[in-house]
Amino acid sequence: MAVELCRLTIAEARALLARREISAVELTRACLDRIAELERRLNAFITVCAREAIAQAEVADKRLEQGGAPALCGIPLAIKDIYATRGVRTTCASKILEKFVPPHDATSIAKLRAVGAVFVGKANMDEFAMGSSTENSAFGATRNPYDLQRVAGGSSGGSAAAVAADECLAALGTDTGGSIREPASFCGVVGIKPTYSRVSRYGVIAYASSLDQVGPFAKSVRDAAIVLRELAGIDPRDSTCSARPVPDYERALTGDVKGMRVGVPREYFVEGMEAEVEGAVRAALRHYETMGARTVEISLPHTDYAIAAYYLIATAEASANLARYDGIRYGLRVPADNNIELYNRTRDTGFGAEVKRRIMLGTFALSAGYYDAYYLKAQKVRTLIRRDFERAFETCDIIATPTAPTTAFKIGEKTADPLQMYLSDIFTISVNLAGLPGLSMPCGYDSHGMPIGLQIVGAPFGEEAILRAADAYERSGAIARRPPAI
Amino acid sequence: MEPATEKYEAVIGLEVHTHLLTRSKLFCGCAAAFGAGPNENVCPVCMGMPGVLPVLNRRAVELAIRMGLAAHCSISEYSIFDRKSYFYPDLPKGYQISQYETPLCKGGYIDIATSGGARRVRLVRIHMEEDAGKNIHQDGTSLVDFNRSGVPLVEIVSEPDIRSAEEAGAYLRELRNILRYVGASEGRMEEGNFRCDVNVSVRPKGATEFGTKTEIKNLNSFRFVEKAIAYEVARQIETLAAGGRIPQETHLWDPDREETRPMRSKEFANDYRYFPEPDLPPLRVPTELIERIRTAMPELPADRRARFVRDFALSDYEAALLTEEREVADYFEAMLAAGLGNRKTAANWVMTEVLRVVNETGAPLADAVPPPAETGRLLKMVEEATLSLNAAKTAFAAMCKSGGTAAATVGELGLVQVSDEGAIATACDKVIESEAANVAEYRAGRDKLFGFFVGKVMKLMGGKANPKIINEILKRKLAG
Repeated sequence: MAVELCRLTIAEARALLARREISAVELTRACLDRIAELERRLNAFITVCAREAIAQAEVADKRLEQGGAPALCGIPLAIKDIYATRGVRTTCASKILEKFVPPHDATSIAKLRAVGAVFVGKANMDEFAMGSSTENSAFGATRNPYDLQRVAGGSSGGSAAAVAADECLAALGTDTGGSIREPASFCGVVGIKPTYSRVSRYGVIAYASSLDQVGPFAKSVRDAAIVLRELAGIDPRDSTCSARPVPDYERALTGDVKGMRVGVPREYFVEGMEAEVEGAVRAALRHYETMGARTVEISLPHTDYAIAAYYLIATAEASANLARYDGIRYGLRVPADNNIELYNRTRDTGFGAEVKRRIMLGTFALSAGYYDAYYLKAQKVRTLIRRDFERAFETCDIIATPTAPTTAFKIGEKTADPLQMYLSDIFTISVNLAGLPGLSMPCGYDSHGMPIGLQIVGAPFGEEAILRAADAYERSGAIARRPPAI
Repeated sequence: MEPATEKYEAVIGLEVHTHLLTRSKLFCGCAAAFGAGPNENVCPVCMGMPGVLPVLNRRAVELAIRMGLAAHCSISEYSIFDRKSYFYPDLPKGYQISQYETPLCKGGYIDIATSGGARRVRLVRIHMEEDAGKNIHQDGTSLVDFNRSGVPLVEIVSEPDIRSAEEAGAYLRELRNILRYVGASEGRMEEGNFRCDVNVSVRPKGATEFGTKTEIKNLNSFRFVEKAIAYEVARQIETLAAGGRIPQETHLWDPDREETRPMRSKEFANDYRYFPEPDLPPLRVPTELIERIRTAMPELPADRRARFVRDFALSDYEAALLTEEREVADYFEAMLAAGLGNRKTAANWVMTEVLRVVNETGAPLADAVPPPAETGRLLKMVEEATLSLNAAKTAFAAMCKSGGTAAATVGELGLVQVSDEGAIATACDKVIESEAANVAEYRAGRDKLFGFFVGKVMKLMGGKANPKIINEILKRKLAG
């Protein structure tokens, strides 16, 4: 039974827990056993918190015993190692924070603690969330549960793989340019990036502050809705966080998409996309029509400029955000005779190649004499991209696209060519620049058995619409889900 | 060198940083107070821990707006915060949150009084920013105290309208007065909550272009500012007059050697890479808030000075001295409220007795001297001739120590002045009788002896008689 428990969805587990047919400790043990069984091959976690998880599960069981416990009470989750967790090492997959134990909890972590969730471990990721394959982790790449020779996607690859491989029931990730949706697509799970400002960023180690957003990975759309509801909402510690009331996302899952207008951007079906990916997405669009939705062609004319704008804005913000890792107060310090040398050595030793590349790009973009040509121009492009979406949403309710142009690629295949790697996010990046909600869900498998992701994008605070659309598709049985054979 | 000095004029602009008087820091809830043990007032936010975010202190914004209104600035209804990037151990995030292109307050001016008359120093801007921590070097190691990290500051930038060290001093004193009046800052240079950087250049008199400027840092007293400017102006004139040129440099003031010296280029060669702070939404200040702050503004030093001259018939000097500290001016006005008729007496009393006690004890005004109403009552007795001025001084000194009321103190010390004409006449008769020889001399024309008789009468009456009445009666009796 133990292994079977970890395969449960949150919706299933919560019913069993509430009826006391299973205990939170049993459920947590099942996940920890699964982790112990798979981790050597998968490397989805940087830190496994077995002892802490059991202790949390015991507390959760007491709450469950009394009845009326919150939905996530006793539910084992994996946490991307970018969330500050009080008392638990938080590395951001970097050598520079290899031994860093934060004194504070991220707001999302505090909220999940308050409802009795169980944290089985800190999930692997690309260093400082910079990457699309989790190969940029100082702790080794995470492998795709569907094919251990392939990447899990990134930057939240550990979270996606852990959910796909049933090492937890759901997971937290972050998404700056596709870091939830692309790994969700590669690992065949559901991942949602909410509207910018919907979820507090406090305590989430910043990569690009105006783009970073917190979101869940789950085995079903319903589970993603359950977790998102706990995360969303105002936070006095984050001034950019929205005060809008949080809807009950689960109630939005009516299964009804009749009359829904599904926008299909002409610019997103481009050369370089794998034929099987395009085929699966087109099939999904046809399926929506059979469910009563209507597809409409739309145009997002500034799509071509999104990657350039993203790599200027994100790196500029990152260059400042990562300045605090200086060896003075916490984290790695490589001693030297003077401050400048101490900074140089600490940062040279502590940061990986991709992180250094982005810090240098961003520093350059903000330098005197270049600011207008790069950073300011990129911000203008960002405004144009946002307007593209505003205009598009005048004629449609949601937008459907492939999540990524390919399925999961082989480990090492793209590491030599950063530009090729950057193109993995070509369909997701615009959504971050526009601050919109987007999710990825499985819509098929290619001839190698690798999952294909469908991205659904909503208008600002349109989480209910995209969740409803995704849930309807999932429940319709359009495709048969194939769990990884690992 | 005299002729060269005459041919040049100095062009000086000041950048003043001052802490705002908030209870908590600019972006977190930590105490902003000075004087705690090292790293006691810190939290993940002001330590720059990973993932933390700033939340703007509303009170700091209101105080900055008050300062802006006091300096006649236009208040921006929309301003943004920027990140100013540089590496230094006392700067936890590797960037300082400041304001760059859109400061909270723009323009404005400060009027100052100088020996050459009134001058107006225009302001470029007043913007908000956070302070850094403090590096401490001891026993061969370096430590950092982050208590000051995140304490709210305003930076007040003047136009290069200042022409001398004296004007710079007058500007700083007026600025500090205004800050203290509006309750925006304590303006204490010694505690590092009022700091000043100076930009100095010189140019031939009559020239309209600026010379190359030197920036002087590390100035932590008004005296140092004035000395450093005087030194730097003289140095630049000497260099130019000798055919040399002034490189654009940052200098440090060395208070021991009383000279400025250039910093190593590494210490200031920075490209700050400003860009808008994505963690803070734009700061929107509604007109209603600005108006609410404007309505609640206290009277400013310049206005109060003018009112004291106009309404109380005080001299410019007296008005300036009384208004230099808000508490002193408040004290003076509260004394008048006790019904004093003679404002000059009250003003003199504050300038001499009150300020002397404050200086001697070093205590805050409120602790050093009796409540203004009591001091007012004491002087009212002098006005009503029930107390001599000297007796009042004795009583005041006692009241400062005991905290007793004017009436009780005067009673206890038996200082009440006798104005009973009968009693005084009797005493006069006694003195005339016992000093027959002197009386004869006086009557023969030795007028100088009059003071001697007054003294005798006063002595006889234990020093408590009203001297005016003694004078009148003695004159009459001696004449008769």
